[in-house]
Parts: sequence; structure tokens; C-alpha cells
Amino acid sequence: MLSGAAVAACKAGILTEKRESHSIALLFGWAGTAAAAHMEFTLITFLNGLAYGFLLFMLSSGLTLIYSMMGVPNFAHASFYMLGAYVAYSIAGLLGFWPALLVAPLLVGAAGAAIEHYGLRRVHRYGHVPELLFTFGLSYLVVELVQLVWGRAPVPYRIPPELDGTLFVLYTTAFPVYRGFMLLVAALMLLAIWLLLRHTRIGLTIQAALTHPQMAEALGHNVPRVFMLVFGGGCALAALAGVIGGNAFVTEPGMAASVGSIIFVVVVVGGLGSLAGAFIVSLLIGMMQTFAVAIDQSLGALLAALGWSPPSGTALAPLFHLTLAQVAPMLPYLLLVVTLVLRPKGLLGRREG
Amino acid sequence: MTPMLRLLPWVAVLALAPLVFPQSGALSLLSQMGTMILLCLSMNLLLGEGGMLSFGHAIYSGLGAFGVIHLMNQVGAGALAVPITLLPLAGGLVGALCGVLFGYLTTRRAGTTFSMITLGLVELVSAAVPMFPELFGGEGGIAGNRVAGEPVLGITYGPQVEVYALIAGWLLVCGVAMAALRATPLGLMLNAVRDNPERAAFVGYDPQRVRYLALILSAFFAGIGGGLAAINFEIVTGEYVGAARSGAILLFTFIGGGAYFYGPIIGAVVGVLFSSLLSAYTPAWQFYLGLLFIAIVLWLPGGLAQVLDHLARVLRARALAPALARCCARQAAAGLAALAGLVLGVEALYRLSLGNLLGASQASLALGKWVIDIHGVALWLVAALLLAGGIALLARGRLAWRAAWRTAWARVEAFEGRRHG
Repeated sequence: MLSGAAVAACKAGILTEKRESHSIALLFGWAGTAAAAHMEFTLITFLNGLAYGFLLFMLSSGLTLIYSMMGVPNFAHASFYMLGAYVAYSIAGLLGFWPALLVAPLLVGAAGAAIEHYGLRRVHRYGHVPELLFTFGLSYLVVELVQLVWGRAPVPYRIPPELDGTLFVLYTTAFPVYRGFMLLVAALMLLAIWLLLRHTRIGLTIQAALTHPQMAEALGHNVPRVFMLVFGGGCALAALAGVIGGNAFVTEPGMAASVGSIIFVVVVVGGLGSLAGAFIVSLLIGMMQTFAVAIDQSLGALLAALGWSPPSGTALAPLFHLTLAQVAPMLPYLLLVVTLVLRPKGLLGRREG
Repeated sequence: MTPMLRLLPWVAVLALAPLVFPQSGALSLLSQMGTMILLCLSMNLLLGEGGMLSFGHAIYSGLGAFGVIHLMNQVGAGALAVPITLLPLAGGLVGALCGVLFGYLTTRRAGTTFSMITLGLVELVSAAVPMFPELFGGEGGIAGNRVAGEPVLGITYGPQVEVYALIAGWLLVCGVAMAALRATPLGLMLNAVRDNPERAAFVGYDPQRVRYLALILSAFFAGIGGGLAAINFEIVTGEYVGAARSGAILLFTFIGGGAYFYGPIIGAVVGVLFSSLLSAYTPAWQFYLGLLFIAIVLWLPGGLAQVLDHLARVLRARALAPALARCCARQAAAGLAALAGLVLGVEALYRLSLGNLLGASQASLALGKWVIDIHGVALWLVAALLLAGGIALLARGRLAWRAAWRTAWARVEAFEGRRHG
């Protein structure tokens, strides 16, 4: 189902097989000959953006909790996403997809908790920079570990046959069942986290430990254990995203790097420890990426449409030929830098990292 | 010692290195080390001196390299008459210019926020580079020819040894400049800003301004390093500004030890040996590098330089008691056994998982003439035994080692206290 081109598409943060059909659809839409085609493009791109945004949120929800807990972002978070996909691939080969959906996140979560207990807790007392460096080194090591165990080529981790097929056809474009499944799992997870954090005793303890660790400790809660559980839980959520994202995209050693920096953008822009902020920014980036990649318009074309011809032959000429699709990979990072410079707290954050 | 005398050993090492290793392979390795040392030293101006953890240091060196390769092509085309020897300076100016531009955004904040902005910037720049193929050459990068223009004093930069001399010369100049910078008011204020920005502000220095100036200077030296790399390799690609290269510079600097001036030098030498020499022997070199880095973050925050520094101080104080020496030897032997087990297991596993993807020279696991059967049980048994046994011995000797070390260190402190007091 997925070819080498899909790897590139995955990197740019879009879902596969739609680029051409949509440029055509867009062409029609632009010309104003077929309103239906325009509508189809918007709807399908919206759904794709939603699916991608939900996947990003699955990854960033755990990261944002860990970020507010440690005060530094976990560089290796995307590595746990990758580990989830690989472990699920191995388990799916032995037991099938459904057990893998449950077991892989648990295994990876346990590994994450162990890393917190034996590694991070140790460097925590040296300060923030060693913590950041530790997770940075960890991300480096996990990629090597994955290559060590599963090799350097992509592994054939496939969508289970019962989820293969078309959910519905929108005008002429098919929407796969699996993308619907991804949306469903992400929505269920969102609900579960919200219920856990807001309406259970464990959730209250976690919230207290994140914002007022000393007070929570004075009241008799084992804060280091809470941190370990939050770290493990965050890793398990990332692994869950890997289990359902690994077969939708490609399971290869580069998959951590392809989403790693995007989820930083989500967490930092959303605001430290703010799940709502992470949710909003996940959807924003999901939409931004899918729409921008599908639109083959350049600044020059826009200016031409407005009746002004851009200067050719000057040093700035290449700037006017860039299409929005080409600029798309840059947009999240632009958002990150602008946010950090103008509002380091992030969109909904209450304090600075 | 006068500063001139202190400089002498460094000059001697730089001058003797190509005489000791005259082979062309060794020369190119030495040239790579030279540029990497310069990059790591400039990185440490931020990391060690200023406490600024930058994930985007390669932006400055990479853009400096692009500047130099364009100028080199101009010289080759006859449009510009500048000796190649001076071109790295242009790289430094490009780097400093980028420092002025990007540093204004990054150095407004310190700590984690600074790190995150640099991370965003490096991704931004490396995403922007493929968009301008006229400037950055797209996928293939921009190639050049360093044998360009009129030879000055008979130097053509055809032979590698002349390139090495160029790199060594610039390294010496920049190294002295950076070492001198540490003693200037700016260097001292940079340390103050690192340790306590609030107090530095009360003394009357704007921490933001101090960080900004330090970053511009660091970017200048990084640009020179990038320019030297461009002259050395005669090609500059988009990877030069990427996050991976920035990460490598950070990794090497930290492995060497940011708290010491010579730490980054050690780190760069070790890093280049890993990436250029060890990679010829094993596909797992990055794994070992990552492991070394994690081990240093966990147990040796001062880096490899700390080992040398502490050892030298113990020897100078004559505090190396036989008990400590015995403990050290025992721990080292246990560590070596664990390492041997780990390496054996990792090498065998890599060969099993990569299989025929490896070349013929690396496909089988051999120790001298003795070929090891990677499918046999014996190998895994030996590897597991060595690893587990080594770790168990390390854990067992840990307390005795720590006690011996504490006694020795107390003597070192007493000795140094006597000398200073």
C-alpha cells in the first residue's frame, strides 16, 4: 500500500494518495467550473487533517504532561512512538493485531517507567540541561536499538484485514475504514484521559503533583512514584499512537525523527502542561499541513491574480515561485519560533518552561 | 609560565601530527578533526561558558560554509581576486551575520526556552534550504574547487597537507582568540550570566546583551569552521545546516566536557575517530557513541576532560594510594569485561539483523583469524556471561572504590588548599 513516495509524504505530515487528485480537484475549484469538486477537496482534506491532528494529539498529550512535570520536554517521546509501532509489528506477527493494540503500549509504558526510574531521576538533580541531554541521547540510542533488532529497512507492518476497506465514498474519493478507526481510538483516548485527570482521585493527585510537588509530598503522596507513572503513561500513549500510526504510515527507523520535532511544536505552542492547548494546536497543525501540502499555489500566482506581476530576474524572484505546498514543511517551525519569541508561555500555558 | 610558553605544546602537536601520520587517509582525518575541534570550541563558548544549550549550532557553520563555497567559485571564475587562505574569514563573517540575525531571536531568553528556539530555528532553516536551489544547490549541494585563483607564496591547496596546514593555522588563531576571550570582561560576565543572571543584571550588565554578544562571537568562529570544512571537502550540501550535524557538534562537545577549555578538543577528536574510523569496522558505531554519551550524562557530567583533570590533580597531590590504584584497576577490568560482552552481543545482533546488507568485509564476525559463529548458542552464552559478570563485579566494587576515592580527594583538596592558602 505504501511506497517510497509515501515516506516523503509521511514526513511532510500528510496522508497518502491524495496529492494528484486534489491538485486536479483544486484546478477545477479554482476555475469555478465544478463546485462539487471544490467541496470534495475541502471535505476530504478536512477529514485527513483531522485524522493527522488526532494522531499528533495522541503523541503530544503524553508529552505535554511529561513536559510540565520535568520542566523540560522529553526528546525521546517520538522514539516511544516508534518503539510502539515496532513492538506492535512483532506482537501482531505472533498473536494478531488486537492483542498488539493492548500489549504493545503496556510494554513500552513499562520500559518508559523503568527509564524514568533508573535514568531520568538520577540526572534530575543535576538540573535541566542534563535532563534535556539525557533524553536527547536516549532518542539517538533508541533509533540505533531499533535498527539493531529490526534492521534498517521498513518492516511490513500491515493494517489488519478486518479494518481494510472503504468506510464511505465522498463524491469520488474513498475514505478508508482504518482512518476512521484512528479517529475513533484517538477520540476514546482523549475521553479516557479527560475522565482520568478530572474525575478520579488518581487524576487529582497527578494534577497536584504536577503543579505543587512539594505540597503534594507534604500531604503524604509519593511524588516520585507519581512522576514515574506519568512518564510511563505518557510513553504508553505515544506507543498507542505508534501501534495505530505505524501501519497507516510506514514503520521504519526514520519515523521518530519525522514526527519528533512536530510534536515539540504542538507542546510548546500549546503551552506548558495544557492538554487543551495541545489539542487545539494538534488540530491546527494537522489542518495546516494537509491543506498547505494540497495547495499548489505560489505567492507569484496570487499576486498575478490580483493584477500585479512579480519582478523577475531579481534576487527575490525564487521567493515568488515557491508554492504553498513547498513551504508547508516550514510552517510548523515558523509557528514555533514566533510563539517562543512573542509568547513563550504558549497559547494556553500558565507558566514558562 | 608565560602565555607564549603555554602555547608551545599545542603548536608542537599541530605541527608534528602530519609528520607522524603522513598517509593521505590520516591527513584527511586530521583535517576533519581540525574543523570539528573548531566547531566544538565555538559551541562550548555557548554551552560551557554561557550555559546555553544550542540545538542549532550547525546553522552558523553551515551557512558560513555556503558563503565560502560561493566565494571560492567566484575566485575560480576569475571574478574575485582573494587568496583562498583568507576565505574562511568570509565564512566567519557570514556566520556572525547569521548570529546577529538569529541570535536576536534566540538569546532573548535563556535555559530551556533558548534551547527550544534553537531547535525550531534549525528545523526552519533546514526546511528552507531545499526551497532555494539557486543558493543552496538543492539535493546535490554546491561543489567547488579549492585550487582556484593565483597561488600565493606557492600555496595552491592541491595537496591535502597544505589544506591541513590551513586548517591548523586557523584553528590555532581561533583557539587562542577563544581562550583569550574567557579572560576578558565579556567572558567573565558570560560566566556570571550563566551562573546567576539576576545578580549579573544587578551589577549592571544586561544578561540578554551578554548572551547576544557571546552568540555572535560563537557564530563567527563556527562560520570559520564551516568555511574550512567547505575548503576541505570542496562540496557543501543541505546537511551542513541540519539538525543531525548540530546534534553531532553538541554530542562531541558534551562527551569531551564543557567545563574545561580543552574538553571540546578531546570530544571532537573522539567524535571524529568514532564517525570516521570506527565506522569502517562496525555498523554499530552510532550505537556505541550514543551509549558513551548517555553514560557520560549519567555518571560523568564533566565529560572525558574531567577524568584527565582529576587524574592529574590526584597525581600532583601524590594522593594515588595503592588501595585506590587497586580499586581502579579492578573496576576497569570489570568494566572492560562488561564492555566486551556488550560489544560481542551487539556486533552479532547487527550481523543477524542486517544480514547481507553489509559488505563482505563486515558480514562475518571475526577476531583476528578466528571467525565467530553468530548462529551458535556459545556466542550468546559468552556475551551474556561477560556482560552480567562485569556489571555484577562493578556493582560489588563500587562502595570500596568510592571510599578510596573520597580519601584520595580529601588529600587533593588539602594539598591544593595548602598551595593556594
